[in-house]
Amino acid sequence: MAVEEGLKIELGKQGVFVTTIQEIYNWGRRSSIWPMQFGLACCAIEMIATTMARYDLARFGAEVFRPSPRQADLMIISGTVTKKMAPQVVRLYNQMAEPRYVIAMGACAISGGPFKQGYNVLKGIDRYIPVDVHIPGCPPRPEALIQAFMTLQKKIDGQHLTGEGRPRFLDAEAQGEFAVPEFGEHDLEPASNRGVWPLPAVIRG
Amino acid sequence: MAPNPYFSLALLFAAALGFGLAPLGLAWLWGKAFSPAKPNAVKNAIYECGLESAGDAWMQFRSAYYLYAIIFLIFDVEAVFLLPFAVAFTGLGAGACGAMAVFVLLLVEGLAWAWAKGVLTWA
Repeated sequence: MAVEEGLKIELGKQGVFVTTIQEIYNWGRRSSIWPMQFGLACCAIEMIATTMARYDLARFGAEVFRPSPRQADLMIISGTVTKKMAPQVVRLYNQMAEPRYVIAMGACAISGGPFKQGYNVLKGIDRYIPVDVHIPGCPPRPEALIQAFMTLQKKIDGQHLTGEGRPRFLDAEAQGEFAVPEFGEHDLEPASNRGVWPLPAVIRG
Repeated sequence: MAPNPYFSLALLFAAALGFGLAPLGLAWLWGKAFSPAKPNAVKNAIYECGLESAGDAWMQFRSAYYLYAIIFLIFDVEAVFLLPFAVAFTGLGAGACGAMAVFVLLLVEGLAWAWAKGVLTWA
């Protein structure tokens, strides 16, 4: 059984470090989130700036941008996802090893942004893949991306190894494959993945 | 009996091996205990550029590329052998010079053949 928070702090003051496997595991995961080297549009410029010396993403253990989805933990959807590009994005997400996370960066990635009315732009990548953190902005400043990183780290810190609320990759029953959309006659087919993008419940007064 | 002088080396080797293998074993055990493997066709695809791979990797290349191979040999590999030949030229015997002459003439023959065939004219 885990040690109570108060007791842990009290022991820490005496120089006794108490932890759990779960805490060490989460600490390890959140301290080495390797993003995928994957830029879609102008937000990618801000993402690149975040990794450089001035904003220094290395402070969060996330400076290692991997060119292969097999070696990456985090997909930063940095920019407009056109319908032409959406299948590739979803396929790359499927090819990442678990545990994998997604940050939807910028107005386009979360909703279509200024191109929302365009026939060729996907209105948010969360129609096809589960997004952990959304950050608005056009483009978001590097500070906003760092904020998203810290939010993701907090989320990882709160995850449980066992039990009902455990994350998808620890659950043998949860789905591991997310359907890759195909080009239809007028739109992507399917237009969204109902597993991650459920229809909003209609509440009639 | 004095200990074998290589005993400490063997010990270090065992420690190094354990240092490398222990994390792998732990990771494997961790995977067994907690995170279930969920492979699927998309995940196991060979290419990882986002696009679907088209066709087979064991395709046939056009045999016309052998011309490029021959010209590459003439102009590139020949120079690699010519340089040491030129450096050691004053100290070489008649046999070595003859062997080199045969080698160069063989390649010159290839060049003449390629020239006659019109390979050197890039239109």
